[in-house]
Amino acid sequence: MSVRTLPLLFLNLGGEMLYILDQRLRAQNIPGDKARRDEWTEVDRKRVLHDIVLTMFNKSFIEELLKPQELYSKKALRTIYDRLAHASIMRLNQASMDKLYDLMTMALKYQVLLCPRPKDVLLVTYNHLDAIKGLIHDNPPLLHLVDETFRQLIEVYGCLSAGEFQLIRQTLLTFFQDLHIRVSIFLKDKVQNSNGRFVLPVTGPVPWGTEVPGLIRMFNSKGEEVRRVKFPHGGNYVIAPKEGSFEVYGDRVLKLGTNMYSVNRPMETHTSGTSKNLASQTQQSIAPNPLAKEELNFLARLMGGMEITKPSGSEPGFRLNLFTTDEEEEQAALTRPEELSHEVVNIQATQDQQRNQELARIMGEFEVKDQPRWSASKGDDLLAMMDEL
Amino acid sequence: MFRRERSIPLRGSAAALGNNLCVLHLPVCNLTHFGVVHGPSAQLLSVAPEGVPLAQRQLHAKEGPGLSSPLITQVHWCALPFRVLLVLTSHRGIQMYESDGSVMVYWHALDSRDASPDSTQAVFARGIASCGHFICVGMWSGRVLVFDIPLKGPNIVLSEELAAHPASVTDIASEPAQEPDCMADVVTADDSGLLCVWWSGPEFKLLTRIPGFGVPCNSVQLWKGIVAAGYGNGQVRLYEASTGALHVQINAHARAVCALDLAPGVGKLLSAAEDTFVHIWKLSKSRESGCTEVEHCHGECVPDTQLCGARFCDPSGSSFAVTGYDLTEILRFSSE
Repeated sequence: MSVRTLPLLFLNLGGEMLYILDQRLRAQNIPGDKARRDEWTEVDRKRVLHDIVLTMFNKSFIEELLKPQELYSKKALRTIYDRLAHASIMRLNQASMDKLYDLMTMALKYQVLLCPRPKDVLLVTYNHLDAIKGLIHDNPPLLHLVDETFRQLIEVYGCLSAGEFQLIRQTLLTFFQDLHIRVSIFLKDKVQNSNGRFVLPVTGPVPWGTEVPGLIRMFNSKGEEVRRVKFPHGGNYVIAPKEGSFEVYGDRVLKLGTNMYSVNRPMETHTSGTSKNLASQTQQSIAPNPLAKEELNFLARLMGGMEITKPSGSEPGFRLNLFTTDEEEEQAALTRPEELSHEVVNIQATQDQQRNQELARIMGEFEVKDQPRWSASKGDDLLAMMDEL
Repeated sequence: MFRRERSIPLRGSAAALGNNLCVLHLPVCNLTHFGVVHGPSAQLLSVAPEGVPLAQRQLHAKEGPGLSSPLITQVHWCALPFRVLLVLTSHRGIQMYESDGSVMVYWHALDSRDASPDSTQAVFARGIASCGHFICVGMWSGRVLVFDIPLKGPNIVLSEELAAHPASVTDIASEPAQEPDCMADVVTADDSGLLCVWWSGPEFKLLTRIPGFGVPCNSVQLWKGIVAAGYGNGQVRLYEASTGALHVQINAHARAVCALDLAPGVGKLLSAAEDTFVHIWKLSKSRESGCTEVEHCHGECVPDTQLCGARFCDPSGSSFAVTGYDLTEILRFSSE
């Protein structure tokens, strides 16, 4: 509904993706001097994160992203993240990519739902950007790139009204409607119920700009207060202590959007039995046109700005598994419920004769390339030895 | 005081919109119709007294140029003196149907020329109310379209465009019963919190403007010359319609109010918000002072549910229904 939603959706989901990949790569980290040629090192981890951040915050890509436009479909957005995740030497199988995307989307759904006021979605975004800066703090040119995006966001969103933020939040919630995948961290922290729905607390601070409920004030025609009465409102709220900062640097106050994955936290998701509302979900996935022609045009334009640094011929692509073992990854791929399949669309550049040369070139980059022959080596042995996260 | 009644299952979950439940009570056949917006579709249900769903129908927003299936913003029954029409607003336009949703009698496309070429705003219609033989529908631009409805048939005519709102219209309400001294017939609300009170006629006349200071007003009702408004900061405020004077301010909710409803015969007001709570208030006008008084009657919590719609199900206000974001049922409560 709002045409200002895509940048917030993209950057927040991207932030969550970086949190997860960072945690997963750290967990498999082997000290550089002890590493075999096929094992993940600290250097590899940093390189993957830097490559992804470089691609995400590419100047012309961000410029294209910030233009007012309708939100893409889930399929289209998933295509962008597939591309982004493969912007470096890392490779993910379909099952791991699915799991990654599930974690990303459920985390953001939780953050948007629990935002005290609609404008706080911006604070969530800034929390993600602050953390991203932390991940690449040793790379000044990259830091500068992220700060540039920060400034552009402030320019675009700084003057939006509360009504426009309300519309943005509604648009985001529409995007996440009917997703009820259970996430281990959320279940353990009791922020998500076993039916996949999030807990909405009725305690704590009220949003900035809202009064604590429970008071009725009555006035006469002269505007003088004549009576005040308390009523039982049912919650246990307190006044908000202070407002978060919307500047490039500042205390955001809000914790939503900060990195909840420390090295030892679980990363499981449970996809079985969560989709009670099969009807509405299958209606989405049986849409006749997976990517409508117009959406394809927009996507191509957007992706045109996304410069992917391809790995050079001599370097292997290292596979990352988001599961504990390869067997688990295979099993997950087989048992994934139909309605949750995130089909990645393989776009054929030759389909439409009328597309111009440039568009065809960009679209050619969409195809998920076959994995290099040696890709399986880095991850396999190590993963087989790792304990469950 | 109120107990949970049997829920009515929905085919699609309710969308996170304001005023996302409409009810048409048909005392003659003892049926109640419910309408809920899911997204690109809306569902209409016919329900028997014990909450048993008898029939259902899905309506879709009419397609048009654009990126994806257009989303519906609101669905609402307009009970005119001589007929009942179902109105559906979306990102493409305004659709009007016979009350059971079986036949579309009118389609008004949003003029895409209204939006500037590099528009930074989404285009949609939102806010529906009937007044006399008119149906008023609000727009993203702040304009309110006034349609003249004939006794029967599809000969609906756009009679006027009201331009008084600087921000997107959120909700519109009309006075249920004509008060002798009262000129206020219709109140319109927008995203900036501004309320406009109108006198309806062959030409609508703006009577009062009540500013909202930037906090969106999501839902509005009109009762005996009193405007009741629900805001994005959780407040419910009551104003004198003719003068705009503030009569009552209620710190009612901890999150945005998403819906208000009125049981006009008994002066009961229902408020629902994203904080999971529903509250029922008793409104009265003191004869001596002329002041409006409010008394809290009842509060209900729907755990872990961001509410998006709420309506009384009968004129005495003894039963109500609510919808919530992601919820695939209509929850019902009754005090009888």
